[in-house]
Parts: sequence; structure tokens; C-alpha cells
Amino acid sequence: MSSTPHIAARAAPAAWTVLPRNVGPVVAGLGLALVLNFCVQPMSGAFATKVLLDIGINIILAVSLTLVNGFTGQFSIGHAGFMALGGYVGAAVMYYGSVQLYGGAQFHGGILSWTVSQGAFAGPTFGTGDVLFLVACVAAGLVAAVAGYIVGLPSLRLRGDYLAIVTLGFGEIVRVILQSSRPQLETAAEVAQASWPRLLTQLGGALGFTTPLFYTTLFWVYLFVAITLVVTYRIKRSSYGRAFLSIREDEVAAEAMGVSTTRFKVRAFVLAAFFAGVAGALYAHSIGGINAGELGFQKSFDVVIMVVLGGMGSISGSTVAAIILTILPEALRTVTAWVNQYLPAAYALPDLRMIIYSLALILMMILRPQGLFGLHEIWDLRPWRRRRAKATGGK
Amino acid sequence: MVCAALLAPRRSVRSSDDVTKLIQTLLDGFAVGGLYALIALGYTMVYGILKFINFAHSDVFVLGAWISWVVTVRLLRLDALPADATPWWAAPVVILTAMVVCGLTGFIIERFAYRPLRNAPRLNVLITAIGVSLLLQNTGQLRVFFGPYPKAVPVLLPNQTVGSVAGVNLPAVDAIVIGVTILLMLALEALIFRTKLGRAMRAVSFNTQTAALMGIHVDRVISFTFVLGSALAAAAGFLFVMKYPAGLKQPADAAWVMLGLKAFVAAVVGGIGNVRGAMLGGILIGLLEFFGVAYLEPLYRDVYVFSLLILVLLFRPAGLLGRAVAEKV
Repeated sequence: MSSTPHIAARAAPAAWTVLPRNVGPVVAGLGLALVLNFCVQPMSGAFATKVLLDIGINIILAVSLTLVNGFTGQFSIGHAGFMALGGYVGAAVMYYGSVQLYGGAQFHGGILSWTVSQGAFAGPTFGTGDVLFLVACVAAGLVAAVAGYIVGLPSLRLRGDYLAIVTLGFGEIVRVILQSSRPQLETAAEVAQASWPRLLTQLGGALGFTTPLFYTTLFWVYLFVAITLVVTYRIKRSSYGRAFLSIREDEVAAEAMGVSTTRFKVRAFVLAAFFAGVAGALYAHSIGGINAGELGFQKSFDVVIMVVLGGMGSISGSTVAAIILTILPEALRTVTAWVNQYLPAAYALPDLRMIIYSLALILMMILRPQGLFGLHEIWDLRPWRRRRAKATGGK
Repeated sequence: MVCAALLAPRRSVRSSDDVTKLIQTLLDGFAVGGLYALIALGYTMVYGILKFINFAHSDVFVLGAWISWVVTVRLLRLDALPADATPWWAAPVVILTAMVVCGLTGFIIERFAYRPLRNAPRLNVLITAIGVSLLLQNTGQLRVFFGPYPKAVPVLLPNQTVGSVAGVNLPAVDAIVIGVTILLMLALEALIFRTKLGRAMRAVSFNTQTAALMGIHVDRVISFTFVLGSALAAAAGFLFVMKYPAGLKQPADAAWVMLGLKAFVAAVVGGIGNVRGAMLGGILIGLLEFFGVAYLEPLYRDVYVFSLLILVLLFRPAGLLGRAVAEKV
């Protein structure tokens, strides 16, 4: 068994120390999200904002998958399925909800949901649309969590690669079912007549679900990023987290020590699926719709790559990996365009970014198999801590 | 397999349309199922020895299909000829070239991407396999190689019928595809169960360390396994473009990956690591897919395959022909 630094038992903390630890980082994240939204977004262009949104969404996906693949050692490659499910549910709740409440798909949000590049904003600080948006995000997470429960059940029987294949199959089944759903309802009269269960089957089929409601801003994305990070970090440091890690290290030994392995595995799946669903809803409202065709196994692979590259079980590692892997293809695209400016058209470089990306992936796996940070967090790698650990004989 | 087609009229004695549909579905199911089986063999042999899913295998299959196009159109210039003037030696030459090139590619992939990771965690090997898959797809998309557009392949096989069953014509293409598939499977079966090299492969798959102690050159056997699996995938790629001449999609098309995934599902359903299981699984998946499309909802063709996978894994986790391995503490 490898040494896991957080498994050491510690006394139960007093209640008054727990609250600031849980709420404090979320408040800090809220502040960061506000700064990003109102200071960074006006300065950066639309392209940089889009990249920042993608980074945030990918962080939520990668960190939530770390719960399953990193902590619990289960191998899921169907994360995009949960994201697609959440995206569709979120978009449908938001779109049909708006049509039913306001008689049309118009923007009724506050300033927090307003993208600055759309022009000056005149309206309330917090609109009814924001409430609906939050409801849509939570509903997306909950539906995805139910799906996570269903997918988690086979993990009671299956191990390793077999579980991986089942999650892959699940992701594909979700995609095909969403793609063969009935067409999206367009007019307000049709939506008003239909019941909610029926509305949730009218998801646009192969065309995808389009919605003109761009509620996702840097504020919402990074608020959810903060919540995801705090929840996963607090779980990692709790007895729950130690139970997850023990399953990863040795399932039989964990069972012998009284960890209900089946229950914890399913819990990891449910939690991860919830955050993936929220990420899907955020994604849908950042690009104005969602199409399950784009969220196949390739998207799942992208997320798995982020988790492995960051280090299995490292929250900060998968965060950093999500940032790098979102920026890398865009940066390579920009560099190629810049070089081609100076080359004659006949000798222009082809689009090499995916080739460089895949080569980097292979080399990374061969040269640094434990990922960027291994099991550690960034702050575990402080030099003075390592010195102290050496002085006290490794503990 | 032709026997199954001959049995069909006895079961269905309704209108001739029904019989036609049934026989056509059976034929398609067997032909495509055989191709799945050929690809699945590569997955299952590699899994049996190295215990990881070689995600790049489906791209070797795509490479085989595209090499067939390169040889026919670019090297032999057969696209200008009418289909009935195609020389008889064209098809064997094309399939052999594709098999050699893909076998070589398989060797290179194993040598430079997987061998450095022999003792790494399996997840790392899996990510590397995904990386190799992305590399092959995107290199193939370059204009220097195959380019980012779908192409059509000229028909190399005689466009005739080889007989008729209950009024349904058996196209020569289907007969050849099924025939070549059976031939390759028999050859593989003989290689694995009748030769010294095959015994070495089985020994390495059974227990790598003990096999090494018995004097088997493990690395060489693994290389050979990759060459063999890649050559079979190339054959499947050639047969695929013969059956669907207009279906040569661009190298990074998602449809290819789906085909490869279904072949992988076939390997798992049959019992991964088991060569006969891969053959059985491939045929089963092919039949299920085409019967689902013909008699149930065609939109759900991928759902049938993955539902079968989940059912098999839930009730027989080791696959239909696989042996359950007890976990040792």
C-alpha cells in the first residue's frame, strides 16, 4: 500500500471551527467569481471569456471525476453522459420554464447573469430569471445524480476495466436516447398546453436543444467551481474521504476494516454525477444550447485525461490539468495562425494542434506516469514541509 | 453460416417479402458480424496478454481501410477502370499490402508507445492508447496522408450473384466477405492451437512471468501478437470498404470509433482474452445490430449493442465463453 498522507486519524474538530472551514473558502470563491465577472470580463475579449468559461466548466468536470477515478479508484469513462443529461435537463427547465413564466424565451436575469459584451445592462441586481437558472442547475445536477446512482449499481459487481466499459456504454446509451428524443417545442401556445413530464421528452432529437438564454457568466461558473472544490476537498479530508481512499488502496482490506465498500462506491458516483450535471447545465447556457452528439466518449476521454494528468486523487492537480488542457489546443491554434502569417500560402503549416496534443499525452504518460502531482496537492509540495517530514522520519 | 441462411425459409413461410428481408438481414448480420469478430480478435489477444484495452486498435482498422484506398486508387490506378475489367489479382494484392502495412504499424505502436509502460499502472497504458488513437486519427487527416475528406473506393470484387436462396440473390461481395473472414479465423485458430508460437502466446497470456521463466521471449511474443491483431484488423478494413465502397469516411470520423467500440463490445461479450469468444461475440453483435435495425427501431442500433453488453456483464461478468477468475487476497 502506498502511503496516503490524509488517512492518519485525527480528533473530531469542534463545531465552531468547522463552519469557517466550509463556508470561508466558498465566500472567498464568491469574491473571486465577482472579481472575474466584473473586472476581468470587461477587459478580456469575447474569446478570452469563452476560454475562461470552458476552463471553469472543465474544472468542475475534472474535479468531480476525481471523486470516482482518483479517490475511490473506480474507473469511469462515461462522465460526458452525465454532463449531457444535466445539460438537456437544465436547458429544458430553463427554456420551457421561461416560456411558461414570461410567455417567451426572453432574458429575465439580473446583472450577475448578464454578459458584458452584449451591451449595457439596465435591470435589477437579481432577477427572477436567476432563481429559475439556479433551479435549472440544481435540477440538472439531481437528474444526473439519479443516473449516477443507476450507473453506480453495477459497480457493486464489476471491477476495473469491466466497469469502465459499462460506464462507456452508459454514456453512449444516454447520447443515443437524447438524440432520438422528440422535437423541441417552439411556440408558447404549444409549451403552455404540454405537461412537464411531456416537455422533458421534447428535447430536440438529433438537432440538439437550442436556447437563446445565455445565463452562464463567469460569476456562476466560478461560484460552482468554488463549491465543487470546497466540497471535494472537505470530503477528501473527512472520514468519508478516507473511506474512499481505502477502497482505492485495497478493497478487501477496506471491507475488513468496516468500510461498506458498495455504499461508498455508489456515493462517489452520485456525487460526481451531480457536479457533472451542473457543469452540463452551465455549458448549455454558455453556448446557447446543447447537442448530445458533441458529448460522446471523446468528451469523457478528455475529462479522464485531465484527471490522470493531474495525478490520481489530487484535486489541485486535476484543476491545473483542466486549465492546461483547455488552454493548450487554443494556444497551439493561435501559434499556428501566427506562424502561417509569415509563410507563403503553399507552405502553410497544417493544423497540427491535435497531433502535438496527442504526442504530449503519450510522452507525459511515459515520462511522468504519476501525473503532475501524484496523490498530493500543490501545497503538499512546499519545500519546508518536505524537510520537516524528513526530520521526523517521514510522518 | 450458409446453412443458417438455408434454414431460414423453413421458419418463415409467409410472403416472399418477409423471406427476402430475413435472409438479407441474416447475410448483413453475418458479414458485418464477421468483420466485428476480426477486429475483436485484436482487442482480445492484446487484452489477454497485457490486460489493457488497446483503444488504438480501431484506428489500425481504419488505417487498413484507407491503405486499401491508397493502393487501389493512388498506386494501381484502378478507379479509372470499369468494375468488370478489374484484374483478378487486384483484391489479394490490396488486402495483403494493407495487412503488411498495418502489421508494421502495430509493431511500431507496441515498441514505442506501450513497451516503455510495461510495468506502469494500467490506467496510464490506457491513456497512452487513447493518445496513440488520437495521433493516428489526426495524422491520417493531414493532406500528406489521406486528407480530411471521405472518399469512394472502386469495386474490386466481381459484381455478380453466386446463387439464390428462396428467391433472394446472394451477392458475391457478401459471400467473399464471409468466406475470407472464416478462412482468416480458421488460420488464426490453427496458429494459436497448433503451432509452437501459438503455444507461446497462450502461455504468456496465462502467466507472463512463468512463461518468461520457461524460456519464452515475452517481448517478442507480445510484438507478434500486435502484428497479428493489426493484420487481422487491416483485413477487416479492406473487407469493410468492399462491402460499403462509398463508406470510406475521413480518418477521424466518429463513426469509425463507434465501429471499433462495437468490436470491443463483441470481445467483451464473448469473454475477453478468449479467441473463440471474440468470434462468437462478433457474430452475435452483428446479428443483433442488423435484426434490431430491420425489425425494431433503427435509431437505437447502438443502444442494442451496449444494452447486450451491460446485460452480459451483469449476469456473466467474464463473458459468454470466459472463465471467472476468483480474487485472491
